[in-house]
Amino acid sequence: MGTHVQVLRGRYHDSVTLLATSRAVASVAGVGSAQVAMATPLNLEVLESMGFTAPAASPDDLVVALRLDDDLLHRGTDDEGVVAAAMAAMEAALTRRPSSGGGAVEEPDRTTAAALRRAAAPLVLVSVPGEHAAAEAWDALDAGSSVMLFSDNVAVADEVALKREAARRGLLVMGPDCGTAVVGGVGLGFANAVRPGPVSLVAASGTGAQHLMCLLDAAGVGVRHCLGLGGRDLSADVGGLAAAQSLRMLADDDGTELVVLVSKPADGAVVERLASLASELRLTVEWAVLGAGRPDLTEVASTLCDRVGSAVPTWPSWRPAGTPAPSTAGLLRGLYSGGTLCDEALAVGSLAGLGPIASNVAFDPGWPRLDASGPRALAASLADAGHAMVDLGDDTLTRGRAHPMIDPSLRLEALADAAADPRVRVVLLDVVLGHGSHPDPAAELAPAVSAALKESDALDVVLCLVGTADDPQGTTGQAEVLAAAGAHVLASNAQATRLAAALASGTPAAGAEEGS
Amino acid sequence: MTVLLSGPVDVVTAGVEVLAEALEAQAVGVRRVDWRPPPAGTAADVRTVLADRRRAAANATAVSRVAAAGAVLADVRPASEALGIEPGTFFHAGPPLTFERASGPMRGALVAAMLYEHLATDPDDATAQLEAGRLRDGRPIRLEPCHHHGTVGPMAGVVSPGMWVFEIADPGSGRRAFCSLNEGLGKVLRYGAYGPEVIERLRWMSAVLGPLLRRAVRRRAASTSGPLDVRSIIAQMLQMGDEGHNRNRAGTMMLVRELVPELLDAHDDADLSMSDVADVIRFCNGNDHFFLNLVMPACKLALDAGRDVPGSTLVVAMARNGTDFGIQVSGTGDAWFTGPALVPDGLYLGDFGPDDANPDIGDSAITETAGIGGFAMAAAPAITAFIGGDAELALATTRRMYQITLAEHPLLQVPVLGFRGVPLGIDVTAVVRTGVLPQINTGIAGRVAGTGQVGAGLVTPPAECFTAALSRLSTLARRSRTS
Repeated sequence: MGTHVQVLRGRYHDSVTLLATSRAVASVAGVGSAQVAMATPLNLEVLESMGFTAPAASPDDLVVALRLDDDLLHRGTDDEGVVAAAMAAMEAALTRRPSSGGGAVEEPDRTTAAALRRAAAPLVLVSVPGEHAAAEAWDALDAGSSVMLFSDNVAVADEVALKREAARRGLLVMGPDCGTAVVGGVGLGFANAVRPGPVSLVAASGTGAQHLMCLLDAAGVGVRHCLGLGGRDLSADVGGLAAAQSLRMLADDDGTELVVLVSKPADGAVVERLASLASELRLTVEWAVLGAGRPDLTEVASTLCDRVGSAVPTWPSWRPAGTPAPSTAGLLRGLYSGGTLCDEALAVGSLAGLGPIASNVAFDPGWPRLDASGPRALAASLADAGHAMVDLGDDTLTRGRAHPMIDPSLRLEALADAAADPRVRVVLLDVVLGHGSHPDPAAELAPAVSAALKESDALDVVLCLVGTADDPQGTTGQAEVLAAAGAHVLASNAQATRLAAALASGTPAAGAEEGS
Repeated sequence: MTVLLSGPVDVVTAGVEVLAEALEAQAVGVRRVDWRPPPAGTAADVRTVLADRRRAAANATAVSRVAAAGAVLADVRPASEALGIEPGTFFHAGPPLTFERASGPMRGALVAAMLYEHLATDPDDATAQLEAGRLRDGRPIRLEPCHHHGTVGPMAGVVSPGMWVFEIADPGSGRRAFCSLNEGLGKVLRYGAYGPEVIERLRWMSAVLGPLLRRAVRRRAASTSGPLDVRSIIAQMLQMGDEGHNRNRAGTMMLVRELVPELLDAHDDADLSMSDVADVIRFCNGNDHFFLNLVMPACKLALDAGRDVPGSTLVVAMARNGTDFGIQVSGTGDAWFTGPALVPDGLYLGDFGPDDANPDIGDSAITETAGIGGFAMAAAPAITAFIGGDAELALATTRRMYQITLAEHPLLQVPVLGFRGVPLGIDVTAVVRTGVLPQINTGIAGRVAGTGQVGAGLVTPPAECFTAALSRLSTLARRSRTS
């Protein structure tokens, strides 16, 4: 099998652009597989694991690795021709850039400081690799701008220093590892197009916030702002610096009537301090700290509806096409892209009488733990596991590839594996729509669901669809395509989990809440 | 405080393209940073220095001092008198250097200075004494950077006691800076030539040119007009097609225009003849770079005002000795951060070519450090005929320099950019983060001692000067945090 590895020195592109580029190159006739990536130590490991010999290169270099198709019939040309065509496809993909308006003679700004010197902006969205992210954030604060740090791998010390400085200047640092925010109706990162309204979120959880906002939207309750904190803000180390600053800013915001703080289990002392700050500020705050035995997001949404005097609706769902699978018991496979949604499914599933659920995210220390050190280890681990719930967005699984909300390939493989495993009775999935997510997830997922259901007569696919009517992908259209492929589609993750648990325990009557 | 939550949201993005596209899809005004990773191994230092809360205020202080510094022509004096320089001591361009490591033109210039000072009988004798590090009579030979003595020198920048120097003063602070008198082009000491015509010219300069200029300059300083305002001429020359480093034609003409009346008056109280006065005017007028040696000390004065502000990442000197390129930074005191000087890329005189070129040499990069020269190339499109490239290159160069500078000069402006101030104050952190290196316009000296000038072109510092300076700034920032 022919391979071709080439290093382009000092050529930088971001990982999402390179993902699209890898796909474009892989589609060239004669190319079996392709990886175009920055030569970070992690990416070089990925190359080795793909069977390539990793070249000597530094993280500033771009590596192109091609595996050429053996089957000469599929080729119109020789190896050199294939490589040349692949490289041309790569250049074409990398040079595609949106027009940035007039003034082409102006030098592009190379730092956030330079861009803000040209013209001020209230917000800077930073998604450069983690070790460089704090520098851009300092530029923003020094110029009087708030920051959303989408980047992960930012040191705690930097996070604390940035957030302290932001508070001193009356600015906000959202993140690091903040995937979702909505500011004045504008979605940043992964965010849904929600209707405007009186509720503001302060969220240490990205998909949790998205789910809650979409449920509120379905209930006709609008959102004013969603300020992201990053997953570490409510830890003792960071001490809720961004949460406190968010509360102060929202207390001054005329459009906010009710604040809800969404987070995974947080440091108790930090939450207490925030509660006393909120009462000092005379700010009404609903605390949605998720975890075992606490209200799930759907219950939180219902409470919020009550608080703003809105009726709690029947949460939307779409019935699957085709004949129901027989009511036998079997294993549950949760294959999640959203971390908080996976946590929630574990918490809800644990109450549904299934017994221990294996997972790669910490929950009950007595339960089996999946080996998610890499995609192969995960597949092997799942082959032996009982009920299992996987967070496919876990850092160890996204090395060298984009997040599963953008790149569905890892999940499609896991779905096929589950369908091929006769012990598996039900697969539980989430699909998160909105800005920043895959432009048409149903187009990739629906055929895989059909194929899985065709492979196994005794299989159900249950799917939580996080989205709104105004999302670029369109929730209804996506739901209908997925339901037509045979999936149970529900807007509520808690309800989807309960349905899946009922199907897995062979008591489908409990699934009556679906689509009622 | 609620600007973020009440505003229309405009967003600056740095990083993943799809996130910027998602914002545009929501009709949000997006401005993208063309972000690229800094060199491997620098990220921690960048973070530490940017997190240094002294930095922003320190840089604002330092750069405002640079911008505020004035420059008037106070006097013209022998170096022995102005600088207290002793026989056997030679100032030179760039960071500290030993004769052993000196390049051809630096050696040639030192030989010329030895001959000029009557310390050697011939070039071989001069070289032997320089190699021994002692004069014939046993006194030590000392080589010291001009920059350590408030002085700057173009190319080899060699200053010896008998040479005359311009004395420039900042009226606000009383601070002084010095520079030798410009010899003209071709075979000259500063390019490493030491033939008889070089020595003869130097002797005439100290016998006739220096004294006559002194009389004229002193008369002017004592007149109702007051001393000649060098900074004002620099501001005007930028509007007349000069950039103040490799093109000084308009500046020289303005200087001569100012001095001629004083020269004509001056001869009354001197023993000098009218033909000497004519020679002086002819000499100044015939050398388009005569004014460079006033621009350089004016820049030196301004940058010295920006020195020693703790936490500041402002570059206060860039200088080359023909072997090393060195920079000094406001927040790091007198330390030099050096790397090997690069060979300029440019156009060559006559039959000379790149193989004849010496690595970069001279203190004249003080002009770029002060925001003119290569940084103001947009003001001098005609320069490109001399150093290569076209008018677009001149515009693009100046625009690029705004990416690595802290401010725009309030007085020195570029007409074609809508009278925007020149990019002022190189920021070490910006250079490292962007990989954009300061652009320097320069003359090219022949690499063999005695050759003289072989061309002119463009050059940059080696990047390691800036990463080394950043590393030192990072150490100091950590120290200030713990103290």
